[in-house]
Amino acid sequence: MTVNQQSLGGWGNCPREACSVSQPDSRAALRHKLHAGHTVIARGLGRSYGDSAISPNGLVLRQTRLNRMLSFDAGTGILECEAGVSFAEIIAAFLPRGWFLPTSPGTKFVTVGGAIASDVHGKNHHRVGSFGNFVREIELLLASGETVRCSPESRPDLFWATIGGMGLTGIILTATFELTRVPSAYCSVRYEKTRDLDHTLDRFVETDNDCEYSVAWIDCLASGRSLGRSVLMLGNGSQPDELPLANRTSPYALPERRTKTVPTWFPSRTLNPWTIRAFNEFYYRVPRRKSALVDFEKYFYPLDSLKHWNRMYGPRGFIQYQAWFPRSTSRRGLVELLERIVDSGRGSFLAVLKSCGAANPGLLSCLDHGHTLALDFANTGSDLRELTCELDRIVLEHGGRLYLAKDALTDAGTFAAMYPRLPEFQRIQQAVDPTGRFVSSQARRLQIIPVLCADSIADSARSERLVAAG
Amino acid sequence: MSENVVILGAGSGIARAVAQRLAARGCRLLLCGRDADELERNAADLRVRHNASATAVPFDALDFDSHAPFWENCLQQCDGRINGVLLCFGTLPDQQQCQRETASLRHAFDVNLTAAASVLHPIAAHMESQKSGWLAVITSVAGDRGRQSNYVYGAAKAGLSTFLQGLRNRLQPSGVHVLTIKPGFVATSMTEGLLDPKSPLVASPDAVARDIDRAIRKRRNVLYTPWFWRGILLVIRSIPESIFKRLKL
Repeated sequence: MTVNQQSLGGWGNCPREACSVSQPDSRAALRHKLHAGHTVIARGLGRSYGDSAISPNGLVLRQTRLNRMLSFDAGTGILECEAGVSFAEIIAAFLPRGWFLPTSPGTKFVTVGGAIASDVHGKNHHRVGSFGNFVREIELLLASGETVRCSPESRPDLFWATIGGMGLTGIILTATFELTRVPSAYCSVRYEKTRDLDHTLDRFVETDNDCEYSVAWIDCLASGRSLGRSVLMLGNGSQPDELPLANRTSPYALPERRTKTVPTWFPSRTLNPWTIRAFNEFYYRVPRRKSALVDFEKYFYPLDSLKHWNRMYGPRGFIQYQAWFPRSTSRRGLVELLERIVDSGRGSFLAVLKSCGAANPGLLSCLDHGHTLALDFANTGSDLRELTCELDRIVLEHGGRLYLAKDALTDAGTFAAMYPRLPEFQRIQQAVDPTGRFVSSQARRLQIIPVLCADSIADSARSERLVAAG
Repeated sequence: MSENVVILGAGSGIARAVAQRLAARGCRLLLCGRDADELERNAADLRVRHNASATAVPFDALDFDSHAPFWENCLQQCDGRINGVLLCFGTLPDQQQCQRETASLRHAFDVNLTAAASVLHPIAAHMESQKSGWLAVITSVAGDRGRQSNYVYGAAKAGLSTFLQGLRNRLQPSGVHVLTIKPGFVATSMTEGLLDPKSPLVASPDAVARDIDRAIRKRRNVLYTPWFWRGILLVIRSIPESIFKRLKL
């Protein structure tokens, strides 16, 4: 059986590796491929940033042709679909009927399988937690070829290892999960400028109860007294009677919008410390209305209208660094992290701060009560790893964690210290996949899978690869 | 009134993409093919996404004796009225293997040509008497000229294209429309590993489906999809045989 060889990376294009890729379009083909490769890893739309859906020695199985919706209960909003269905497809089919995703990351181009494997979260994490909370049942194809159904009630151990489990327990075939009723496809959004980090965190505390959605764009280049100054965006779903008259008859209709595409030849030098500084200053200073009515597309997925925006970072790519801090230490942790980033002079175009709600029992799920900060760094080779090493140390010292869907650089020791439930995960993973058939580059690097400790890639080798990717 | 449409080989990548468009415009679909579980999932998808009516019907192209009863079954399920048939089944054989083994060669012709012709005749007879309807059949640009790299597939598809020309001629007086669909390179499981999906010559099933849906509605006779293949094949067909036989294509 022939397969495609192609250079594949995550959304950050760092690292990229030559992988064998196959895109089965039936269960039978998928089963056949499961046994065709030495090891396999499932991949959706490739929106995780790092190396969690690539594997140079194994077979990467794209799930996007296994994208059938199987049943929908219009009374309860429960949808059963295959793992390759994207959030974009769900929105296209169900928003016109008044249903929306219970929580969604900043792009709709993710698959249900990827959303479960990364246990994704969105602007409402402080209220509802991550996507895994809404999953009722998962149908999983195990390494043995056997298909099992698991849920919080039946085989909960396997279920909570699969939620956030980065595809290492098996291939998610189908999932049953809840959609949420929404009054319209619009949000009433309030914009607030904060002076500094304390002010930002205080405003999160004060608004968490009455705002469904909240997120802060943080000026990651502001230092001294302005450290952590932000623009808060606080949103609530709009009732139809809050919409302009013209939209009230069809409250679920989204405005037509043209998408733009970043070309492959986009000069990556456009993003440099000076332009990023100017942008951050501008974004903070630009006068905005205090509140606005914003449609879901623009509110939840502002970057989706710019196709291939990751190309702006050029062929060397970028990493996204997302850290979570527990409530008790988040203020100190964020100050140290931001100070270190300001010192480095490596600003991020978009840095986002979010307050988080309760954790779920997902063994490798990232978020819990506290705050999470996400930023981009262009790949500049080994000095980037030096910086993230220091950032990792700050995160670890404050009892924080890195989010696996973003991670591309950390090492196995740091990862294990951040995720104390890793041995529990490994026990369950071992029971269903004793020979380690499901492996990604990330699983190898972080030794998420125990049997691979021996062939894991050492730190130095990884740095070399990063430099080579340039 | 909504149209009743039968799709043969409904599990194929192109068939699935066309079915999405037909269901979105309110057609009632019978999805026919061998893998009952897969087709049931495809049918469920059309019901959930589009509130469409879609049913899976077992069909084995190589079981020639079953073709007439299969068609009766379809008619029964649609209360005697079927407005359109989309034929998508086919197989891309390994040319080298066909040169070595008669079984592979026969299989390629049986699936791509004989089975298609066999099932189209009862369908054509019904539509002729119904005095309305359309038939859309997927052949291939490979049928436009025999090349050493895949002339077995090309010959079978050329045979099918010629069969359709005759059928179109025969059904014209009855007002039945026949569409010959000639796709170029399409990124489906049939071509996986043979084509680079990122090449500008390779189209997505959805882009091809958009063309097919439009061609059905506009009652076109021959569709090259994507459009530029008409030009490419015009050039390839116009090369004199004395030169063409020396080329490595």
